[in-house]
Amino acid sequence: MNGTEIYENKNVAFSTFIKSAYKNFEIDYPKFFKMDRLSKLAFLAADVLLNHQRTFPEKEENIAIVLSNRASSLDTDRKHQTSIQNQENYFPSPAVFVYTLPNICIGEISIRHKLYSENSFFIFDDFNPSHLLDYSNNLLHSDKAKKVLCGWVEFDNNQYEAFLYLVAKEGATIHSIKEINRLYKTHGRFKTRIKREDH
Amino acid sequence: MSKVYLSYNNIVSSFGFDSEIAVQNIRNEVSGIRLINDHQLLPEPFYASMVDYEKLQNEFEALYPKGNYTRLEKMMLVSLQKVIKASQINLTDRVGLIISTTKGNIDVLEDNSPFPKKRAYLSEMGSVIKVFLGFKTEPIVLSNACVSGVLAVAVAKRFIEQGRFDHVFVVSGDLLTKFVLSGFNSFQALSKEPCRPFCKTRSGINIGEVAASILVTINENYLTEEAVTVLGEASCNDANHISGPSRTGEGLFRSVRSALIQARLKADQINYISAHGTATSFNDEMEAIAFNRLGMTKIPINSLKGYLGHSLGASGLLETIVGMHSLHQNTLFASKGFQELGVSKPINVIEKTTKKQLDIFLKTASGFGGCNTAIVLKKTKQKIKKPGTVPNY
Repeated sequence: MNGTEIYENKNVAFSTFIKSAYKNFEIDYPKFFKMDRLSKLAFLAADVLLNHQRTFPEKEENIAIVLSNRASSLDTDRKHQTSIQNQENYFPSPAVFVYTLPNICIGEISIRHKLYSENSFFIFDDFNPSHLLDYSNNLLHSDKAKKVLCGWVEFDNNQYEAFLYLVAKEGATIHSIKEINRLYKTHGRFKTRIKREDH
Repeated sequence: MSKVYLSYNNIVSSFGFDSEIAVQNIRNEVSGIRLINDHQLLPEPFYASMVDYEKLQNEFEALYPKGNYTRLEKMMLVSLQKVIKASQINLTDRVGLIISTTKGNIDVLEDNSPFPKKRAYLSEMGSVIKVFLGFKTEPIVLSNACVSGVLAVAVAKRFIEQGRFDHVFVVSGDLLTKFVLSGFNSFQALSKEPCRPFCKTRSGINIGEVAASILVTINENYLTEEAVTVLGEASCNDANHISGPSRTGEGLFRSVRSALIQARLKADQINYISAHGTATSFNDEMEAIAFNRLGMTKIPINSLKGYLGHSLGASGLLETIVGMHSLHQNTLFASKGFQELGVSKPINVIEKTTKKQLDIFLKTASGFGGCNTAIVLKKTKQKIKKPGTVPNY
């Protein structure tokens, strides 16, 4: 968080990691356990970041959400596909199917923080700071949003990472490709990273 | 700020391979939905709108492809190539490409697919389209459930306003697949008959497959006769439920309100609403509530799902294009399948295709994840050059 490690649980499976992190941050939100892995990851990262920002659901804030990744919702898509692959073993579930969309994790964050704001999910081959920079600047300058929760949330083949940052019109860090890249690359890949950036 | 326009357009659907044939069928109140009995797709027969594969293959081969392309890639390439060709725009670094889809090449996950599984990654599909058509800029892929197609138009407008591009080509497509049918069936959301948006006897959705493309541009030398100006757009979340629409229509209400503010218009200045209208009980009810809160009960409204089904992410772009033609022809298209109002708040559903002077319309879409998008479009008053001719300076 802002360059400081706030929680560590190395060499454990994702399910163990995310559950222990959930407990560590004392998040009391039973719906969390119904989410797919991508949503759990994005939700937790957003929760830590927005709570740190003292964003309270009672006071409505216009924070847009712009997320991106490479694998879309493929982690859950494969699960749904397995459930329909054979006629003999055909058991599609609505609880799985609903998560076969990348933007569901934005919905989960919006519900938790009561954000009735602009949201979009983009897919790129790799982390794309220039796109996130242009798009979030546009949302701020056109007064579509007061702040933008931006980032990259990826879950694919048991590898995962989340890198989120908050952009506002004023802050301590300049909003530039160089700075976003610096923050993104500070830690090794495939770790959960939670960062904040203002400008 | 300079105006942003929607211009050259194409629809690949069960009706054929251009917008005109789709609009002509809709104008004549003909539906492209039929009963399909294919156990590979769904154990029981179902109603859907399907693109003719043989005809698609013929259209695609006319582009002299080398290599293997998926069904969705063929649909998107056929559609987008026609729009680029008609516009005669050179694909320079000032020309963007936005690809919007809900599920992309999801059918390659099937066991018997001849394509490598990595083709399911949307960036792979983006790269295929970029290379085939010769775009210089990197494709921007947007996947935001069923608002993807309308949101893509809003995103294109924002990038043009920001000066990143002069023109953006948007292509939006989604397939009829076992993946999608089984999922909606598990929700018990598939209708056992052709769908009936906003009707008392509605019983769910039909899935359709479509690829639609459009040119979004700042340059008024590239306008077709049905071109429109984008006056306002907005996208707001319900912050309520991931699969059920808000009971108050909150996100849709806010999206339309915000788009109207940007357009500097009042609700009663809208001549026509092209709604999402999936024909599920909850969705249509939510929309009626939102439009009532907005004071839009008297404005003629339709859902085009009765013609080509619900084509997921592509539906919003498809219906935007049909709306443009509706404006140009000064004709309100009937909301196919509608018989008797079946929502708790009054709305003015178009029952018969009728002539009417039209100037401004509103297109909305809503989707899983609580997302909603609204866009306000106005007829252009520019001098129009004939489609397909070189701009005369």
